[in-house]
Amino acid sequence: MSAEVEIPYTVTARPDTGLYSAKIGIWLFLASEAMLFGGLFSSYLFLRMGAGPGLWPHGLLNVPVGTLNTAILILSSVTVVMAWAALKMRQFSKYRRWMATTIGLALVFLGIKLIYEYPQKFGHFGAYIKPEALAKYEPYLGNNYLASKGLSRRVEITGHLHSIHLEAGTADKPKFEAFIKKHDLKEEHGVYVIEGKEYTSKIQKELDSLKGSKAEYEVKLDAVNADPTNPVYDSPSLWPAKLSDKEAKIDKADIRWAGMFTPEHSSFFSVYFTITGLHALHIVGGVVVFLYFLGPGSALYKRNPEHLANRVECAGLYWHFVDLVWILAFPLFYLL
Amino acid sequence: MQLALINELLGIPPAASEHAPLVDNMLEFAHWFMLVLFVGWFTYFVYALWRFRKSKNPKASYHGVKTKVSTHVEVGVVMIEAVLLLGFALPIWSARVNEFPGEGAVHVRAYGQQFLWNFWYPGPDGVFGKRSNEFVSGSNPVGLDKNDQAAKDDRVLAGAMRLPVNRAVIIELTSKDVIHNASFANFRIAHDAIPGSLVPIWFTPNKLGDFEIICGQLCGNGHYSMKATVTIEPAADFNAWVKGSAPAAPAAAPKTAAATAGLDGGHSL
Amino acid sequence: MTNPADDASFAGGAAPAVTGRHHAPAEHGAHAGHAHDELSFWRKYIFSVDHKVIGIQYLVTGLVFLLVGFSMMLLMRWQLAYPGQPIPVIGKLLHGIRIGEAFITPDGAMKPDFYNSLGAMHGTLMVFLGVVPVAFGAFGNYLVPLMIGAPDMSFPKLNMMSYWTNFLGSVMMISSFLLPGGAAKSGWTSYSPLASIADQPGTLGIPDAWPILFTGQTWWILSMVFMITSSLLGSVNIIVTVVQLRAPGMTWMRLPVLVWVQFITAYLLLLAFPPLESAAIMQFMDRVFNTSFFSPEGLIVSGLPLEKGGGGSVLLWQHLFWFLAHPEVYVLILPAIGIVAEIIANNTRKPLWSYKSLVFSAAAVGVLSFMVWAHHMYLTGMGIKIAAFFQTTTVLISIPSVVIVTALLISLWGGSIRFTVPMLFAVAFLPMFGIGGLTGIPLAFNSISLLLHDTYYVISHFHYVVAPGTIFALFAGVYYWFPKAVGRKLNDFWGRVHFFGSFICMNGIFMPMFLQGMGGMHRRWYDGGATYELAKPLLHYNVVISWSAFGLLLFQIPFIINFIYSAFKGPKASDNPWHATTLEWNTPTPPGHGNFTGPVTVYRGPNEYSVPGAARDYSPQWEAKA
Ligand code: HEA
Ligand code: HEA
Ligand code: CUA
Ligand SMILES: [Cu+2]
Repeated sequence: MSAEVEIPYTVTARPDTGLYSAKIGIWLFLASEAMLFGGLFSSYLFLRMGAGPGLWPHGLLNVPVGTLNTAILILSSVTVVMAWAALKMRQFSKYRRWMATTIGLALVFLGIKLIYEYPQKFGHFGAYIKPEALAKYEPYLGNNYLASKGLSRRVEITGHLHSIHLEAGTADKPKFEAFIKKHDLKEEHGVYVIEGKEYTSKIQKELDSLKGSKAEYEVKLDAVNADPTNPVYDSPSLWPAKLSDKEAKIDKADIRWAGMFTPEHSSFFSVYFTITGLHALHIVGGVVVFLYFLGPGSALYKRNPEHLANRVECAGLYWHFVDLVWILAFPLFYLL
Repeated sequence: MQLALINELLGIPPAASEHAPLVDNMLEFAHWFMLVLFVGWFTYFVYALWRFRKSKNPKASYHGVKTKVSTHVEVGVVMIEAVLLLGFALPIWSARVNEFPGEGAVHVRAYGQQFLWNFWYPGPDGVFGKRSNEFVSGSNPVGLDKNDQAAKDDRVLAGAMRLPVNRAVIIELTSKDVIHNASFANFRIAHDAIPGSLVPIWFTPNKLGDFEIICGQLCGNGHYSMKATVTIEPAADFNAWVKGSAPAAPAAAPKTAAATAGLDGGHSL
Repeated sequence: MTNPADDASFAGGAAPAVTGRHHAPAEHGAHAGHAHDELSFWRKYIFSVDHKVIGIQYLVTGLVFLLVGFSMMLLMRWQLAYPGQPIPVIGKLLHGIRIGEAFITPDGAMKPDFYNSLGAMHGTLMVFLGVVPVAFGAFGNYLVPLMIGAPDMSFPKLNMMSYWTNFLGSVMMISSFLLPGGAAKSGWTSYSPLASIADQPGTLGIPDAWPILFTGQTWWILSMVFMITSSLLGSVNIIVTVVQLRAPGMTWMRLPVLVWVQFITAYLLLLAFPPLESAAIMQFMDRVFNTSFFSPEGLIVSGLPLEKGGGGSVLLWQHLFWFLAHPEVYVLILPAIGIVAEIIANNTRKPLWSYKSLVFSAAAVGVLSFMVWAHHMYLTGMGIKIAAFFQTTTVLISIPSVVIVTALLISLWGGSIRFTVPMLFAVAFLPMFGIGGLTGIPLAFNSISLLLHDTYYVISHFHYVVAPGTIFALFAGVYYWFPKAVGRKLNDFWGRVHFFGSFICMNGIFMPMFLQGMGGMHRRWYDGGATYELAKPLLHYNVVISWSAFGLLLFQIPFIINFIYSAFKGPKASDNPWHATTLEWNTPTPPGHGNFTGPVTVYRGPNEYSVPGAARDYSPQWEAKA
């Protein structure tokens, strides 16, 4: 459509600036992208600095997998450059191979993130203990030990939620009955049982609204909470939090805030899911563009290979930026 | 200097605190500066438009004026703004944030909520008791812990506060829900009440009477009506009231209790 | 699309702006339709990639939204003047089209939530859907390529996308009024936690099971994301176009001031908007996924504890918002300054006084505007050091602004001033911006904010800059470039009626607000201050203000009619009716797709009027020296 008015410097460089337009365009776009993620990362700092003692979790993410993903992205940054180089040397079939590889790597990254890492988190349970009840759970938190070592206290018990045992207590009957009916809970000698896999943040809110009711959370503890005084856990371990075979019962009355590891669980997971999620979106965007250049877009090669090369170069620049964002995010979330 | 011509003209609310005249003087000075600039430029402006209209001046001059006057104006502006900044603004502000009164100041906590101010007095013992969200209810708006000794004599007034005249007062502001802003127009003091943090302001009322406290931050559909009043009364009356209906003052708990009795859990930002 | 023209120019560095060779200089008249008969109506007028068509699309949508935003304010002004009284006629109508009992009584009186919605939407519409699309979208798009001698923008397709994303966002924003619970009500500043907890299902007649994704406050966020994306595309386009497509001879110091300010504005939008986008994303998470980015622990809303994890920062939102919103306000003024500069030069028939200082000051304003944002947050608690920093930067930023106004004022001296309609609006801009700007100075000091923060003094301050300031500049621009864009002249008499009427009414609206503000009247008051004793003596001003506002509407009618009538029936305009010097006047009227009819070369600066020894009193940039 714009073909009928010819815009100069879409393909060749303007002599005095030495650049073709799209190149400047993509750099400007990346500048604004930098501001976008800049805003999010500075929010990360803001929240982390504002977090109370023990409220910024460590070692909840799977470092080996994260490292693998980092490697994959870096590799894809290389392959996309190869694709561009191939075009520059007018080796079309080579270009297609490198481009395909890049897309493949990107998809692997997404797979690991969205199909493996995220769900693992969604299946993990954590309960923040009220300040006044911390002492009661000393065996799982080991705060005296931490204090003696001058380390910041633990306030959360994490693991896999096995089940919740619910009793009416002083909750008003009709509301309670309604709740039981709604989730048709069976009664096992005196208590109603909510299975761990049926538990959701929605149910948690309904539980909170059942004032007076008694509930006990049976949690299969993470290793950290199983023996909290083990020096291994003084510093965040690089290995995924192992699950112990130890169980703990937590009284609802002692819980300040509990739920699965979803964005609403804590500041940490809010930022984690927001930044990595937005980053994943950028990856998807990149994949779409690459697919276009691999498929229909590559028709341009016959008419004007240089133009295609330029486009791939710009897409590549974008890809490096996305890569860079991850390289910033990885240590911030997984290591520090 | 006590010139208040423009202030009066623009109908500034009567000042009622010790530091108010400083703010007013600055405002007065700023307005004179603006007035001079505006009138000066405006007269030039009108004259130029009239003098150089097409019928009077059919042939424009390519070069216009070679004038330094602009640089003079600009230098003048810079200097006067420097005076405003260094001579007025910074001193006033450092008094607000760095020179809090020590002993003898009245301590009050103001809890904003949609759409009401709760004023929490420590009572005869001069110590704020413990509080917790657990206990918050209609009858106990700030959630005082009734079994805490220090809390027993604390008093909470809704919508109206009272203060002694000529005695410094420290008000610690916070909010239970959204951001509000306690604006004491007559005392030339205002500050946001920010949920999750307890921010102190201070001033010394020096006029008797009733004054209005405005909620200066959009906080919902009742924002426009979130008004409170403050009564400035003679020290004697105030002290009597503090002693007044309170039970025999218990052995005053250590002052530090007041510090720890903030928003437990909620971390200040 | 291969491009021989490039390779040629690459070799010789010759004319880059060579355009579609398909119109020879001969076919001037026939031109307009000619170039693209093959184009369907849709591709030509609706989904066009021609920067001029897009510019006009931006102009019309922008103006319409200005009018809508204005009308909302008129409803509010009625409520402020006559609190709780039914709005004549319209009130019942509004109640008719369901906007819910929560907003308007059966007899048509406004309720607080509706007032807050209108207030928030007035601000948002005026700033993001009104002035930015007109000042940057319309004038930037239409004029920048023409003024630098380019055939079009660097990325025409992106340009079209930019407009349509903006359109989508705008439609979404305005239609949010029809959602259950109505449009956003937390001010255009959308402060959390208020904005995070507003419009909850179960309140304001929103069904309990209603998804929070479909509530006004959430749609405000989403539409903002569209707006941001749009201006991002737009600003990249403007910058690249200015850098790459300047015609031979169009050196940086020969760029018209208007191009310079659009160039700077583009940078502001490019770099200031993304942080707000990040903030919007987080507020979206807070609302839809119940995160706590902007909510601390232990909030109690109307007696009940808020079901949130907590741990967030309330002030974080404000920092991110104002980091955008301060540069944003200069986005509102810089293009206006550019328009006024061009028109003053043309109507004084002499070059601008000290072109360089204008350009550098504008650039300085641009840079400084990133360092003053916290002057909107003086009362959120600031240590002496930070306070000193932001007061200093705020004072500093007023200096280049003074320089700009001063340069424009001195430019009048020695001119041969023609009071055309555009010139009337342009000169009126100066004192109006002067008043608005000067009243910014006291606000720059947090000790004075102790009295004036969020009072009508602030409202008046910025309206003087944006309403009789920017809006007047935009009017000036419309009257000035209308003949080029449409090929027909606007009626002069009704233009003057429009000007004098608007000028008087604008001051009738905003002058009394200074008094109200000094008296302690705060903004966003549904009852206009009736609750407060200290506002009692100031209430009668509300009536004055409101009737001036109604009068202002009255005086817009001649403009609207004039605009629409002249577009079709106005007298034909020649190619260069104002005897102007910049390149856009070197095109057939109206210019066709591809703009210029032949290669363009620039020989001199932008405002060479009354050059000594020249035959005429204007020496266009495109004419070789005799
Ligand atoms: C285009 C918009 C625009 C512009 C240009 C400005 C310009 C300035 N603004 Fe304004 N401002 C806003 C829009 C704008 N502002 C808005 C929208 C708000 C409110 C946001 C909200 O809360 O909703 C606001 C609020 C605002 C505040 C916060 C007030 C508060 O909430 O308490 C402050 C404080 O420092 C401030 C300061 C300034 C300063 C120092 C300038 C300076 O840049 C001004 C410099 C200009 C001059 C000094 C004039 C020079 C002219 C002359 C000297 C000659 C006179 C000419 C003749 C007589 C012909 N502004
Ligand atoms: C660019 C910004 C801009 C502009 C131009 C205006 C213009 C006006 N504003 Fe607005 N205003 C704001 C930005 C703006 N405002 C903001 C940000 C707020 C704060 C909101 C908040 O509290 O969150 C605010 C708040 C605000 C208030 C305070 C409300 C309150 O606090 O409760 C008031 C009160 O009177 C007001 C009045 C007006 C009036 C009477 C105009 C008039 O000047 C209107 C002038 C408009 C026109 C003259 C229309 C011109 C267009 C046409 C005529 C169309 C022609 C169409 C075709 C030809 C197709 N505004
Ligand atoms: Cu509280 Cu406004
Ligand atoms: Cu500002």
